[in-house]
Amino acid sequence: MTAPRTLYDKIWDDHVVHQAEDGTCLLYIDRHLVHEVTSPQAFEGLRMTGRKVRAPEKTIAVPDHNVPTTPGRDTHIDNEESRIQVEALDKNARDFGINYYPVSDIRQGIVHIVGPEQGWTLPGMTVVCGDSHTATHGAFGSLAHGIGTSEVEHVLATQTLIQKKSKNMKVEITGKLRPGVTAKDITLSVIGATGTAGGTGYVIEYCGEAIRDLSMEGRMTVCNMAIEGGARAGLIAPDEKTFEYIKGRPHAPKGAAWEAAMTYWKSLFTDEGAHFDKVVVLKGEDIAPVVTWGTSPEDVLPITGTVPAPEDFTGGKVEAARRSLEYMGLTPGMKLSDIKIDTVFIGSCTNGRIEDLRAAAAILKGKKIKPGMRAMVVPGSGLVRAQAEEEGLAQIFIDAGFEWRLAGCSMCLAMNPDQLSPGERCAATSNRNFEGRQGRGGRTHLLSPAMAAAAAVTGHLTDVREMMAETV
Amino acid sequence: MDKFTTITGIAAPMPLVNIDTDMIIPKQFLKTIQRSGLGKNLFDEMRYTQDGAEIADFVLNREPYRKAEIIVAGDNFGCGSSREHAPWALLDFGIRCVISTSFADIFFNNCFKNGILPIVLPQEAVAVLMEDAQKGGNARMIVDLEAQTVTTSEGQSFGFEVDPFRKHCLLNGLDDIGLTLEKAASIDTFEARAGLLRPWV
Repeated sequence: MTAPRTLYDKIWDDHVVHQAEDGTCLLYIDRHLVHEVTSPQAFEGLRMTGRKVRAPEKTIAVPDHNVPTTPGRDTHIDNEESRIQVEALDKNARDFGINYYPVSDIRQGIVHIVGPEQGWTLPGMTVVCGDSHTATHGAFGSLAHGIGTSEVEHVLATQTLIQKKSKNMKVEITGKLRPGVTAKDITLSVIGATGTAGGTGYVIEYCGEAIRDLSMEGRMTVCNMAIEGGARAGLIAPDEKTFEYIKGRPHAPKGAAWEAAMTYWKSLFTDEGAHFDKVVVLKGEDIAPVVTWGTSPEDVLPITGTVPAPEDFTGGKVEAARRSLEYMGLTPGMKLSDIKIDTVFIGSCTNGRIEDLRAAAAILKGKKIKPGMRAMVVPGSGLVRAQAEEEGLAQIFIDAGFEWRLAGCSMCLAMNPDQLSPGERCAATSNRNFEGRQGRGGRTHLLSPAMAAAAAVTGHLTDVREMMAETV
Repeated sequence: MDKFTTITGIAAPMPLVNIDTDMIIPKQFLKTIQRSGLGKNLFDEMRYTQDGAEIADFVLNREPYRKAEIIVAGDNFGCGSSREHAPWALLDFGIRCVISTSFADIFFNNCFKNGILPIVLPQEAVAVLMEDAQKGGNARMIVDLEAQTVTTSEGQSFGFEVDPFRKHCLLNGLDDIGLTLEKAASIDTFEARAGLLRPWV
């Protein structure tokens, strides 16, 4: 009888092509997602060496980082460098015969939203992309992580990666979440508890009742930010919700293949007694709606808290906190809910799915954003956008005063024209609050879609629970 | 990829923790379709004002660090995105080695693909090296990959660990795609077997 294995162990074992004596493995890759920013040099490398894409049918490309979110982008992109990158992806997809969703296709969107939406992402797979937020796909019980461009080229040429196995870490969220608390609050709270290097060297499996209770959208939000906690990947064991989500999607197995897949997928769980090298447990009922105050995703506090002082920290974090506070223009001791906001951004691979738009619209219904506020919704894909229009959510956003944009990464990393100006303060549903992330000098507070909507209405960071009480 | 054997060079001290990839190379420079030319934009927003003037007290704008080949950094260097533009920018500037107590996983991998050696050492050792780097002037640090040692300008040495396969690739400047393609038969066998076990993939 074999020793009990974790979910990560099982997926790993099923993908080892070759193992060297020192433990270095050649790992087979089932799905390779590609976007325009981290792939041009990899395709160029193939051309220079006369190599082909080994498995074009397992390779899926979509432009997302650079694309404008305003109309007309399918015929012309003003920024020359952005246009060249998108055109390069068009050409590379065509030349190498890989699956492609161009800007003109309604299925275009953020690569990590398109993959699951089209049924490319399935349980038990290995999934990589030249993008750190590939961790998102772990919500399906697939081993998914970001890679660099040299590794993109390696996967294109060989459909494998040279890897060493990470350690196993379990993050359990017990019990129920309180009202107003979402998947985003879970994932930020975990990073707040473990730090941005707390997961370094590990693959995290998220489990517990609060995780089981999440929808697939919520689970994707949780796994998406595993990388912000330093982990190579985040995983959630597949269950009925997973299978329900996948069934009928364009690239999901059908008929007899579906039945065979289900048999395999149901074996994808951590065995009783399997060993974890690190365990973190948070109580669901202890998690509050949170916001970030600094320039690292670990700078997380409940919205009811106050801005900390550098002296509240130890070691190198003292200087980092001092720098963060100066950059963010915040004074220790001020209430987080007193922080005034100029801009609200709802979108990204963290929170650009239909459930996120529903949560924000539920808060905004019948309300207006604060006068002078700049607010935008950037749906994660053309299909999310269409669904939101069909459900009447788009109208709620527009009536409230939001801009209703086309799909893409947009202001999450501001490679397209959607950027902050120096000193502009943004409540964002994205994943990184680094200095300059949303534009040079821009100040980012990370939070959930419902919290972002609440801030848009009041003009300052706001405890969404107060607004929920109003609507009841 | 250039071989990495021994460096005797200037080490720049960057004690800040959590230096992220957005700091190393901000996103506006990711629009390139080439690997080269990013060195001038390394640490762009820390290094230049909005108008493009150098910020005098930023370490890489000061002598002798303008010619640094090594960075001694605070914890968790390279956290954030997967952008390989970060090691490309470091390399283009002339950095061949980064020393810290910890690195983000993807950045760490990316370094090895570009002939950069990331070295993990305990806090006490990094503190000694940080102090040595802060001397500036003619102080030179020595990184010897074959011997797996870092030596301060005063001759104090620290041993470090490095994965044997990665060491081999760095010492010989090997392209690992070529090495993997030598295992093409194993990949074929795996695909045939996986095709039977998981035909829906």
